[in-house]
Parts: sequence; C-alpha cells; structure tokens
Amino acid sequence: MMRMIPSLLAALMLWVMPAFAQSSGPLRIEITEGVIEPMPYAVPDFVADSAAATEFGRNIARVIASDLSGTGLFREVPIQAHIGRITSFESPVQFADWRAVNAQALITGAVGLDGAGRLVVRFRIYDVFAGQELGNGLQFVGTQDGWRRMAHKVADQVYSRITGEGGYFDSRVVFVAESGPKDQRAKRLALMDYDGANLSYLTDSSSIVLAPRFSPTGDRVLYTSYETGFPQIYVLDVASVGRRALPTPQGTMSFAPRFAPDGRSLVYSLTQGGNTDIYRLDIASGASTRLTTAPSIETAPSFSPDGSQIVFESDRSGTPQLYVMAAGGGEARRISFGQGRYGTPVWSPRGDLVAFTKQSKGRFHIGVMRLDGSEERLLTASFLDEGPTWAPNGRVIMFTRETQGATGEARLYSVDISGRNLKQVPTGTGASDPSWSPLQN
Amino acid sequence: MTTNGAKMTYLSKTLILCAGLALAACTNPNRFDDAGGAGTGAGGLSGSAQDPTSAAYFQQAIGDRVLFAVDQSTLSSEAQGTLDGQAQWLMTNRDYTAVIEGHADEQGTREYNLALGARRANAVQEYLVNRGVAGNRLRVVSYGKERPIEICSNEACYAQNRRAVTVLAAGLGS
Repeated sequence: MMRMIPSLLAALMLWVMPAFAQSSGPLRIEITEGVIEPMPYAVPDFVADSAAATEFGRNIARVIASDLSGTGLFREVPIQAHIGRITSFESPVQFADWRAVNAQALITGAVGLDGAGRLVVRFRIYDVFAGQELGNGLQFVGTQDGWRRMAHKVADQVYSRITGEGGYFDSRVVFVAESGPKDQRAKRLALMDYDGANLSYLTDSSSIVLAPRFSPTGDRVLYTSYETGFPQIYVLDVASVGRRALPTPQGTMSFAPRFAPDGRSLVYSLTQGGNTDIYRLDIASGASTRLTTAPSIETAPSFSPDGSQIVFESDRSGTPQLYVMAAGGGEARRISFGQGRYGTPVWSPRGDLVAFTKQSKGRFHIGVMRLDGSEERLLTASFLDEGPTWAPNGRVIMFTRETQGATGEARLYSVDISGRNLKQVPTGTGASDPSWSPLQN
Repeated sequence: MTTNGAKMTYLSKTLILCAGLALAACTNPNRFDDAGGAGTGAGGLSGSAQDPTSAAYFQQAIGDRVLFAVDQSTLSSEAQGTLDGQAQWLMTNRDYTAVIEGHADEQGTREYNLALGARRANAVQEYLVNRGVAGNRLRVVSYGKERPIEICSNEACYAQNRRAVTVLAAGLGS
C-alpha cells in the first residue's frame, strides 16, 4: 500500500511507517492494536480573516493540539519546528515543507467573524505523505463564547478520520467538587468540559451530594443529595439548573441512580428496613417497580446500551460481586469470578465491556471485562480508585482516585482501556464521582 | 458550499446547534460560588454532662455509638451493652427522638458503603425497638464513607469509623 513518494524522503518514511498499523490507508491509527509511537501531526494557527479573529485562530489551534496530544495517540510537531507557513486557507499546501518536519497529518484552518459577530471556523485535514486531503473540509459557526467547542469538534473530526472511532472531545463531565478535610468535606455538583475548561457549579455545598449521572442526551443529571437529612435522588435540568426530588416512600433512603438509555426511566437503590434492593422508576409517572428482592445488598445498577439488561453489584455470595439480569428483573447471573471484591459496574456505550471497581489485597483497581466475565483486565492500581465512567466512544475511562491519610484528597483521572495514557484531569479542586456526557450535538 | 474549487460541506444543522448550545454556556459559573461547609446533621451537645437527662450525658456517660467489624452489621456483646444503656435512657427520657447514623470506613465503594451503613443503623434501631423504645421515635440514615470521624488510613482509624451513632433530637416522637 506504499504510495509513490519523493525518493529524498523514502528513508524517513520507511523509518516512521512501522509505528502505525497500516490497515486501510496510509494515515491510520488502529487503537485496538496498541499504538506504541504516537503519530506526528502539525496544526498551525488557524488563518484569521481579521485582527479580531487572530486570537481565536491561535487558541483554537492550541485546543485542537491539546485534545489530540492528550490522547497519547498523536504527537504534535511543535510550531517552532515548522518550515512551512499557512498564510492562506485556500492556497495549495506545500507538502514538502510538512514532510521535511515529519508531520504525517496536517490540520489547517481559517477563522473569521460574520456580520452577526459569530465565529466561523473552517478546517481541512491532510495526509501529508500521501499529499492529499483526508475527508472533506468542514465549517462550523457559533458564538464567540463557544470557540472551545468548535475546536473540540475539529479535533473530534481529526481523531475520528484517523482512528476510525468516534471522537470524545466535544463532551462534558459532571462531577462532585470537594473541599475541606475528610471528616467535614464539603461537596457540590460541578460541570466542566471534558478537559477541565468552563467549570461551573450546579449546587451549593450546604448538603452532601453524591454520584451525579448524565442523561443519555446530556440534558439532565441524576444525583443523590442529603438536602432533607436523608439520601434521596434528585433530577436536575442542566440548562436551567432547576431540580426536583424523585418520589420515594417515606422512611426510605435512595441512591445510586442511573438513567435508562431512553432517558424516561432510571434504576436506583432503595433501602428499607436496612435492606438495599434495586428499583426502576418511571420519571413521568413517578411509579417505582422493584427489580430485586434478596436480603443481601443490591446496588450500583447500570443499563446495557440497548436497555434490555442491567449489570449491578450484590453481596449475595458473601462478598460484593457483579451480576447481570434482565431489565425487568428476575434471575441474575454472576459475571465476576476473580479474587477480590467488585463494585460500581458500568456498561460500555459500545456494549462490549463492563468497567468496574475492584478491591483486592488492600488495593483498588479500575478494570474492564466482557459481559461473560472473560478477559478481565485491571487498568489502574492505587490506594483508592473507584467509580469509572466511559468516554462517549468507549475507548477512555475517567474515575476517582483518592490519596490516603489525613491529608488525602480525591482527584479525577483518565486512562485508555488499553491501560495506557493514565493522567490526572485538571479540575482545580478536589473532585470525585465523574460522569461523562455523550458527544454534544 | 464551494470556494475556489475546494470541497467544503456547510453544516447548517451544526450551525444552529452550535449557536444555541454556545449560548447555554453563558450561565454564570459563580452562581453557587459559596464557601459553606456541609454538616452531618449530628446535633451539637446540649445541656451539661452532669445532668442525666441531657443529650451531653447520653453521649458521654451512656455512650452514643457502637462499633462494627469489617463488612459486618452484627452487634458485639460490648455494643449490645451500650445499646441496653441507650434503650433504658431513651425509655426514661421520652422527650427525645433520635436519628441513628450508620457509617463505614473508606475501604469500599461509595454505593456499597451507603448500603452497609444502612444495615448497621438498622441493626441498632431493631435492637433498641426490641428493648422497648418506640419505633416512631427512631429514624435511620446512612452516611456510607462520607463522614469519617478519624481520618488516618489505617485500621486504628477505620475501627472508629465503622460505627452507628445515636444522635438525639429534642421533640416528641410523631
């Protein structure tokens, strides 16, 4: 599949090529095959059509670079190393300039302001060594405040076209912002872009709040609050920040909610008389249906993407383990059989894997397994890792990592399902219980 | 649209959605910018520990808490002794109601620990009711691992955190 390239660059090309899986074209990363060397790319400042757009042109290019390099699959050729200059979006690209600095992919763009003051962003992606465009150029228009989102959309296109997977950069994370020592920790719901930008708060910290969960379209958030003095589930509208408690019987506690894929119902845990079971609640009618009836603890339910099954945690065997049952309840089959305790299972948006928290030999892990319990892989290990959430493309997991001792603090981390690219997510404050939104429209 | 022969796809749908969503991002990030801390709902001490009818006496002389083994909600004989004292005191001081708080140590997931704390609080409630305390004077709540009392990360602290605390409130049972 090698294309004709100038002989001058042949040696360089051959040296670089083995780093990438070559399945369907010259510019391709196969995520599942495990990339050892990240693909080099260049993203010069987007060409501004006016002085007012210059800063946007630079900032958008920087956010795209941050997205791509942050995956660990791509490596930016620094601007200082560029030989070529993109001064016009429409002029033909001088591929030799980009080959010379070994940029395999080149992203060019233009940014301007239209008559209504809206930002207009155009971009193209080039396969430098093939000397051709990769897919079609696109244009996005939005408010100036939304410039980061437009940058994320460009980066999602690049990621998607080169890996063949869906992107995940134009997404948000709702989580619990934490401050203060462990014995009087203040918690409140916070919302941010997946990369930590645009942080805002959805509640104050007058009550403990736990484990927010995005709806399938990202418009609402379920969470647990001690507002009444007892844990109870609330549903919050993200746009208006309006919230209401979901109806549960007097004298009970409810927690661990998650939406069904249709967004119209949820599963959650309800505790009555010391026993915790799983229930399903129809949001419109407020009617609850009991799905489990064991005297053991049944909690942390999560739907399959098609809504037909539920994976959950139960200690019916004596220790917490993972089980799968039909969405309507009934007999459950155990899927976790390794040494240790398993909790907080979350079904992958691709449907192929379950992410979970595992406790073994005094350590906590985030892991993944298939739905039959096979191919268990532990991706992390620390004093306390818990609460995985999936990126919209099912390739990255975000979770809580808490450090030990009196000064212990919780932070968010992300890791690829390959176990690579473990890194802290910038939140500025203590943070726990992340829930990743779907890709935004 | 086509410009100078370049392939450009004009995404009109994206245009509208981007514009709308970007506006939503204008919400004031500081609207909940408070510095307040969260309380546990555990009432402060009232009265003098010298007064046998005071909450302070209940907490200090009777003992307001019992401890549990890892993952367990079984009451030890020591715990039962403490609860016998609590039951007797509550029967004598009928103006008080109580919330029994169940807690867990930090070894365990948030959800499991909430359920475990509920089991512990419920074990205490059942014991007190069996000893004659009216059920309508008692409520249970689980804090899971959210409110440790000791914050080191070893068994010395964990043992104190695996607890159920009977927190008194003034007022007749309803």
